Amino acid sequence: MPVEIVMKRAGSTLLVRMAGELDHHAVSGLRDKIDSKITLDNLKNVIFNFGGVDFMDSSGLGMVLGRYKLVSAQGGKVLACSLRPRVQRVFDLSGLQAKIPVFLSEQEALKNV
Amino acid sequence: MDNHMKLEIPSKSQNEAFARVVVAAFAAQADPTIDEISDLKTAVSEAVTNAVIHGYENGFGTIIVTAVLKDRRLEVSVTDYGVGIADLEQAREPLYTSKPELDRSGMGFTIMENFMDEFSLASEPGKGTTVTMVKIFSQIKTGRDA
Repeated sequence: MPVEIVMKRAGSTLLVRMAGELDHHAVSGLRDKIDSKITLDNLKNVIFNFGGVDFMDSSGLGMVLGRYKLVSAQGGKVLACSLRPRVQRVFDLSGLQAKIPVFLSEQEALKNV
Repeated sequence: MDNHMKLEIPSKSQNEAFARVVVAAFAAQADPTIDEISDLKTAVSEAVTNAVIHGYENGFGTIIVTAVLKDRRLEVSVTDYGVGIADLEQAREPLYTSKPELDRSGMGFTIMENFMDEFSLASEPGKGTTVTMVKIFSQIKTGRDA
């Protein structure tokens, strides 16, 4: 299943809800969409909701890390939520949580922006 | 149970999903657990993605994926005939990437090493790269444990 995303604005935060398989091919199409939304709407933070993601490899980590570089340069944050065990396994191995805090739900992530 | 397969694909990013699904389907005959299949799919995806992005630098080339199943042992190889890797030690370091501008995390080899039971890397600059990985599937549970 290719990746599908829904982007929503919550104040100065961009919510990115993703479903499907997050690999290099899928990520190539997402990066520009997300970055142009951040730039055009002048958004500060990004929350990645992985709730519907049933496969992710290191390309997904790279995408999150890339957005972190983009928004942290402007004082913004990147958060992640709703990781399924498979996605969590890839996250845990990367140590990315030092930069990208992970929450159980989108609500909880929004509270911590 | 002995069996083998060989898959030849062009270095298109669409084939990353295809390759991992093919290898997972081949491995299914050994009745692995869902976690074992997921680990295998992730590792194959990393290897094929490396061939596409690094081996052929997003250009055109051929990728060969082979798998050999002997009892509960699956050996998977992913070969490209691309640029090769000059410094294998550096390439394997966690978080190292030669292409940070492409938002690569540098975790590909680390994931392959951690998600598989054996991992080896052979490469020659200008000739290409072969990644060989082994997954040993746990014994099938029988009787009351099934």
